[in-house]
Amino acid sequence: MTEEIIIAGFGGQGVLSMGKILAYSGIMQDQEVSWMPSYGPEMRGGTANVTVIVSDERISSPILNFYDTAIILNQQSMDKFESTVKPGGLLLYDPNGITRHPERKDINIYAIEGARLAAEMGNTKIFNMIVLGAYLKLKPIVKLENVILGLKKSLPERYHKLIPMNEAALKAGMENPQEMVSA
Amino acid sequence: MGELKLMKGNEAIAEAAIREGVDAYFGYPITPQSEVIEYLMMEKPEERTGMVVLQAESELAAINMVYGAAAAGKKVFTSSSSPGISLYQEGISYIAGAELPCVIANVVRGGPGLGTIQPSQADYFQTVKGGGHGDYRLLTLAPASVQEMADFIELGFELAYKYKNPVMILSDGMIGQMMEKVELKEQKPRWTDQEINEMNGSWAAIGKPETRERNIITSLDLDSAKMEQHNHHLQAKYRKMESDEVRFETFNTDDAEYLIVAYGSSARIAQKSLALARAKGIKAGLFRPITLYPFPMKALAELAPLLKGILSVEMSAGQMIEDIKLAVECNVRVEHFGRYGGIIHSPEEVLEALEQKIIGG
Repeated sequence: MTEEIIIAGFGGQGVLSMGKILAYSGIMQDQEVSWMPSYGPEMRGGTANVTVIVSDERISSPILNFYDTAIILNQQSMDKFESTVKPGGLLLYDPNGITRHPERKDINIYAIEGARLAAEMGNTKIFNMIVLGAYLKLKPIVKLENVILGLKKSLPERYHKLIPMNEAALKAGMENPQEMVSA
Repeated sequence: MGELKLMKGNEAIAEAAIREGVDAYFGYPITPQSEVIEYLMMEKPEERTGMVVLQAESELAAINMVYGAAAAGKKVFTSSSSPGISLYQEGISYIAGAELPCVIANVVRGGPGLGTIQPSQADYFQTVKGGGHGDYRLLTLAPASVQEMADFIELGFELAYKYKNPVMILSDGMIGQMMEKVELKEQKPRWTDQEINEMNGSWAAIGKPETRERNIITSLDLDSAKMEQHNHHLQAKYRKMESDEVRFETFNTDDAEYLIVAYGSSARIAQKSLALARAKGIKAGLFRPITLYPFPMKALAELAPLLKGILSVEMSAGQMIEDIKLAVECNVRVEHFGRYGGIIHSPEEVLEALEQKIIGG
């Protein structure tokens, strides 16, 4: 199994940390992982993206042109990455703030109302965990228990009290992905 | 098995330096390697092992602090990125001339000048052909993964002390910034003063015992005959490195008609290109130099008669290609491909270049 993922959105949405937790979860179940961020001026207020690869084998290029999954969290990223999903691949997006919805017919398109659900749960910071939950419902490449282990490993001890809230967000995400059929 | 962590290349090299029992790190922050000194400051190695971590006032100061600490027989490490490494060059030439061991990491960014903060491999010439003045050589290791960023600290110090020569770890912004799984080694104790005396006392400036003359560490000798002798000695040392320290890795070369030669990040990208090529029925192989100096001349020369063409892939306008051409003595067609100025080529672009420049060329 090799899963090649791009996660893209605004800086501050938790794009890079979502990728990091996913990568750590892969390590927890003895897989190979790579996490390659965009870095530099675009991170400071503009768009941020990260390429994550989780595989049973040694990973070759951590930089890719095409992906099995694109997780898209703003319009700029939709414009840039919709065309990079491999045929038959997955595009998961938060429709909040999206003005032009994806149009491809040869990929699987799902929406997750991450921003709305996070606001309803009273904490906008768990937005990225809701989206990650939705992704793992659609492609269970890592087990939830390993995500929790990954969270424990990647968060400093003083933040471990936040893990139950993150777990609730992951579960909320898992219950809510909605299949979108492009018009 | 050691401890498994998810780390950036920059963090892994810093943690590996602490665990190696390094005595001192001197540096000055520059993107894309600032995480090295950030990590070292956050980890408080002075509490873990007694290691000194100091942000110097400039790169010129940092490299001369390295020169001084190495002269005292201490294990010393520094890192920077391209424009900072340019500022290091005078010091590196002095360190090589004075025959002192140290490990230097260059997390290369696009140039020339201040250039860009994005990855590049355009410092190949500077690293393996000189950079500083005079007939000296830097043992150069090119990591292609976060694991190797960590592993090459131990190997780098082993080689630096074996040859009393500076060792360069030549990576780039991609390897520095990406995170991968890394297995960390156990903490080694730092050398005690007594161990330094025993191992390095014959050459290091550690005080004069009654049993011998004082050690003088310098790269200067105004007597040209003596300086020529010193250069003969250095050249003999470099020939020994060239015969004993070549390291490389090959992929699918057994039946290869076409060969991609690439190091570091480009070697990782080319591995994917190789898989794409094989899926199309193209008999391609990959040759990855791990040491850039000494360059694996002989191994490439041995492969050459079996090949229809070689593509050198490097994030530069074409630097390593000169060494490949020397290695194969132009007996086989060699072309270069690479994006540069901070752009990373994709696996598909590398395959396209192989098809157009070599197979169809």
